[in-house]
Amino acid sequence: MSVVKQERSGAPAAGVDKNAFRYRALRDLKLNKYVYLMLVPVVAYYILFYYVPMYGLQIAFKDYSPGLGLMDSPWVGLKHFEDFFHSYYFGRLLRNTLLLSLYDLLFSFPASILLALLLNELRSAAFKKTVQTITYMPHFISIVVISGMLVDFLARDGLINNVLAWFGMEPVAFLRESGWFRTVYISSNIWQSVGWGSIIYLSAMSSIDPSLYEAAKVDGASRWKQTFHITLPGISSTIIILLILQIGHFMSVGTEKILLLYNSTTYETADVIGTFVYRKGILESNFSYSSAVGLFNSVINFVLLVLANAISRRTSDTKLW
Amino acid sequence: MTKRSWGEHLFDGFNVLFMVLLSIVTIYPFVYVLFASLSDPTWVVQMRGLIWFPKGLNFEAYKLVFANPAILTGYGNTLIYVVLGTALNLLMTSLGAYALSRQTVMWKNPVMFMIVFTMFFTGGLIPTYLLIENLGLLDSRMALILPTAMSAYNLIIMRTAFAGVPVSLEESAKLDGANDFTILFRVVLPLSMPVVAVMILFYGVGHWNSWFNAMIYLRDRELYPLQLILREILITNSTDSMMTGVGGGDKMPIGETIKYATIIVATIPILCLYPFLQKYFVKGVMIGAIKG
Repeated sequence: MSVVKQERSGAPAAGVDKNAFRYRALRDLKLNKYVYLMLVPVVAYYILFYYVPMYGLQIAFKDYSPGLGLMDSPWVGLKHFEDFFHSYYFGRLLRNTLLLSLYDLLFSFPASILLALLLNELRSAAFKKTVQTITYMPHFISIVVISGMLVDFLARDGLINNVLAWFGMEPVAFLRESGWFRTVYISSNIWQSVGWGSIIYLSAMSSIDPSLYEAAKVDGASRWKQTFHITLPGISSTIIILLILQIGHFMSVGTEKILLLYNSTTYETADVIGTFVYRKGILESNFSYSSAVGLFNSVINFVLLVLANAISRRTSDTKLW
Repeated sequence: MTKRSWGEHLFDGFNVLFMVLLSIVTIYPFVYVLFASLSDPTWVVQMRGLIWFPKGLNFEAYKLVFANPAILTGYGNTLIYVVLGTALNLLMTSLGAYALSRQTVMWKNPVMFMIVFTMFFTGGLIPTYLLIENLGLLDSRMALILPTAMSAYNLIIMRTAFAGVPVSLEESAKLDGANDFTILFRVVLPLSMPVVAVMILFYGVGHWNSWFNAMIYLRDRELYPLQLILREILITNSTDSMMTGVGGGDKMPIGETIKYATIIVATIPILCLYPFLQKYFVKGVMIGAIKG
């Protein structure tokens, strides 16, 4: 590296610099030829399955017809976007997407942190491990099975209603009433992911310097104070990174789970942009329109991510990039 | 032990109680499904409350599940997707992780950026679907294997693990005339078995549980993975096909236990592997955690 730097600093002329670059590149290619050979399938995969679809996003600005193909279909500018913004669905989809994501952020996100803090306070290592093993498990169960169980348990004559009947409550067909959808969605999310989500915080806690706790004990700090002044600050950068990542997926709320759980009686609260794109695009083959809706979603998502990162960078020095 | 105040004792007591309750709430739904699947169907349907034991041990539902050709083909297909898919995932991720963990490679950072960017912005559902269609992959097994050939998140985990392999080992292998492929497969991979186990688990479970790509890319029922069949049985409630030959009056109740038995059959492989692999995947998440 130092050799390269000397060459660059000693060569002010652009032509020589270019040669140095070419020299460096060629030498690198020769030295690492097998490494680059390894990268060929990897880069090819990302170009084909990620960057070609990004190029294909131009379909959102065209009137795609399968006969003409992507390249020859006529440009229509922002027509599909305007159609979407003026459609009856726009407000409902945006509201549902934002609310489900927001509730997930408000309830599921802190739940994992809270569980990690409580697990950290357990005195018996064996008991802690048992609880962890049990609470991680639902993460590995397929969303189809989880949703199937929810459909069964939440039915009018299902397990949940049977239990509620003990307390004298009237049976509710939870998945047929739009008023219940968000509650069902968020609480089952917490149930499935709270344990798994706590792992990363526990690992961050285990890397906190134990001498900090020793010092706090000598100073007579209670466990409550230790939690607030040592443990929480110790995992704060992990919390912020995960928060940014979650905001980076803000608009892509669990489309798969909603597809399995919703039905036309709950569209009012359950239909999100992701499920709408699926119905319009895959089921109705309305490719251009649904791509425009999808692109609108991805762009908002990306902007949110950049914003979250910028804010965190300014205020806490913790950042993704 | 340092002395604890009564407040701390109270907190510890409540904490333990809370953990016990949480564990019960987590595990009970599966216990319920298991016991109900083994019980007398009419009893299960009339049951108004919790089930704490299988009543009137009855394997009829399991017999019907295993007699269902759709479930058997689904199982077979899922095994194909899991084995082929995970093998390809492992190969691609190892290649990428090795290449991107080399310090001296000039284009390492641009390539990494190109990969990480896809974690936050993609073409989305429809352009990807049209690509699969144009590639002629619709309605083929490859549609479930090629588009998910690797994951950027797992690549980062594996790259971090590979970067931890002592450089001296690689250098001495290089002096012995080994090229990068030999170093990857003979030195780095054997030294990274824990992360390989994590990758097999993450990718394998991912393939086992995946259904969405199958739903949009496959039409031919002979190619359906288990999860799609499950969706029909559990969500759209079609157990009828399995109940041919069952007496008319029994149809309703056995439908319910068939659902439970199907859940068990589809979940048992994961539940059996899970306790053995747990230590590995926790390790995997921790490796990922270091990098953020």
